[in-house]
Amino acid sequence: MPVDALSLCVPPRAGVGLKPEHVDAILADPDRVGWVEIHAENYMGAGGRPHHDLSRVREHLPVSLHGVGLSIGGEGPLDADHLARLKSVAERYTPGLFSEHLAWSTHDGVYFNDLLPLPYTAATLDRVATHIEQVQAAMDRQMLLENPSRYLDFDTSTMSELDFLGALAERTGCGLLLDVNNVFISATNMGFSPEAYVDAFPLAAVGEIHLAGHAEDADEGGAMLLIDTHDRPVSDPVWLLYERVIGQTGPVPTLIEWDTDVPDWDVLATEAARADRLLAKAAERHAANAPA
Amino acid sequence: MPQPDEDGTGAFVRALVTPTDPPPAAIGLRQRRRFDIYRNNVAHGMIEALGASFPAVGRLVGPEFFAALARAFLAEEPPRSPILFQYGAGFGAFIDSFPPAETVPYLGDIARLEWARVQAHHAEDAEPAPITALGTVPPDALAGTRLHLHPSATLLHSRYPAYAIWAASMGAADAETVDLKRAEATLTHRPALDVETRHIAPASAAFLSALAAGAPLGDAATAATETDEAFDLGAELTGVFAIGAIAGISPPPD
Repeated sequence: MPVDALSLCVPPRAGVGLKPEHVDAILADPDRVGWVEIHAENYMGAGGRPHHDLSRVREHLPVSLHGVGLSIGGEGPLDADHLARLKSVAERYTPGLFSEHLAWSTHDGVYFNDLLPLPYTAATLDRVATHIEQVQAAMDRQMLLENPSRYLDFDTSTMSELDFLGALAERTGCGLLLDVNNVFISATNMGFSPEAYVDAFPLAAVGEIHLAGHAEDADEGGAMLLIDTHDRPVSDPVWLLYERVIGQTGPVPTLIEWDTDVPDWDVLATEAARADRLLAKAAERHAANAPA
Repeated sequence: MPQPDEDGTGAFVRALVTPTDPPPAAIGLRQRRRFDIYRNNVAHGMIEALGASFPAVGRLVGPEFFAALARAFLAEEPPRSPILFQYGAGFGAFIDSFPPAETVPYLGDIARLEWARVQAHHAEDAEPAPITALGTVPPDALAGTRLHLHPSATLLHSRYPAYAIWAASMGAADAETVDLKRAEATLTHRPALDVETRHIAPASAAFLSALAAGAPLGDAATAATETDEAFDLGAELTGVFAIGAIAGISPPPD
């Protein structure tokens, strides 16, 4: 079983979020995607089908571990028990990448099952940096931190999100997970240029990209609000923004996230194939531009 | 006024769970609709999570009632862990004490049955023991031998036909034929990858309950015979081993 080779790295190809209903189809033709991402919390049970399925998929594809419950942006201390569980999932499946969110989900011991926002200040920067250092020490590896989808601003913020993320990467040595759909959502909702945001993003720190679908809504003034739903195909403007990013970074492991109204395997694999074509194009362009 | 060095998460949380309140000061009334996105996401996400664990409860009462029930439960017993399949242990007991659910008196038992299924799905793996394991025990030691139920197993005793109602809600049986006056016990376990739930006879329920409580085989058989004098130990053992409900045996110490 070539586990050691697979644990070395997640290739700069398209991957998909692993869903129980797709396991048989993936195993029938694993090469349609380059890797799979798992939500860590789904594999924190003792046994049963989740572990059985993932173990089979892991024999054929590299795995990226994506936590959704660590609450790195939370006011309180990190949950040491949860961190230990995360570590044991990582030891069992030797993921090539590990990521979490710039967000909080737990406060005073209550879990809210959502990625909630925080203001960007010197104080929150210190706290999040400390949490990232604790996570990286406990996991004994680098983590990637994902930019959030934003719906509102805090009057208390004193820094831009770009400065906040850049400072975290610099202080802690963490990498960044650039969710291009989140950039497009935040830019639309907060009224900034998504192109300017990605151009100014600390792209050298990006170890993974996320793409997903979003829904359209409106605020009380009639302004368009995009909602991060992960329930449909990636939108055309997000594909264009993605091309712009990988035009600068070169090929980066890219996840298609589809978590609600999960489609047939073929629909998801076709989205992944589209990302793979763009990645191949970016690789050619990079090879052509590279010094001889 | 919040201090510039304070991020106001407490105020955010209070507003999050109190939909009639304005958004926290650092967000302001001008972003009310935007703040509501988080309120909706949090409420919707938790109702969906409970719905995923308790689909039969949802089908029995309909989506509107289920959402109201889930909201009431969330307010009373919010999740304390990011592992959502571990949320809902108290849902059955909460339903029992939820006055609007009084007209569906069996609903709490259905929730307990579904909780047993979720726990079985994620339970520790264990290879079921074959009945031939009993053949290694000297005949005079059989009565003192303990049979260990599979680690995924849960026995439930309902005053209602919980299995029949659950099966009917899944479309596996005809709801019209369910006799609400009948009590039913169920066994839920996962011998391999798929969770199984079955209706078991009262004597079998007494037998398995005694085993689960650590009683040796002889005492468990006595408990079963007290429930139904027609209890057939040989047939019972064949049955429980055949469905993979026994994970191991411990003969008495010499």
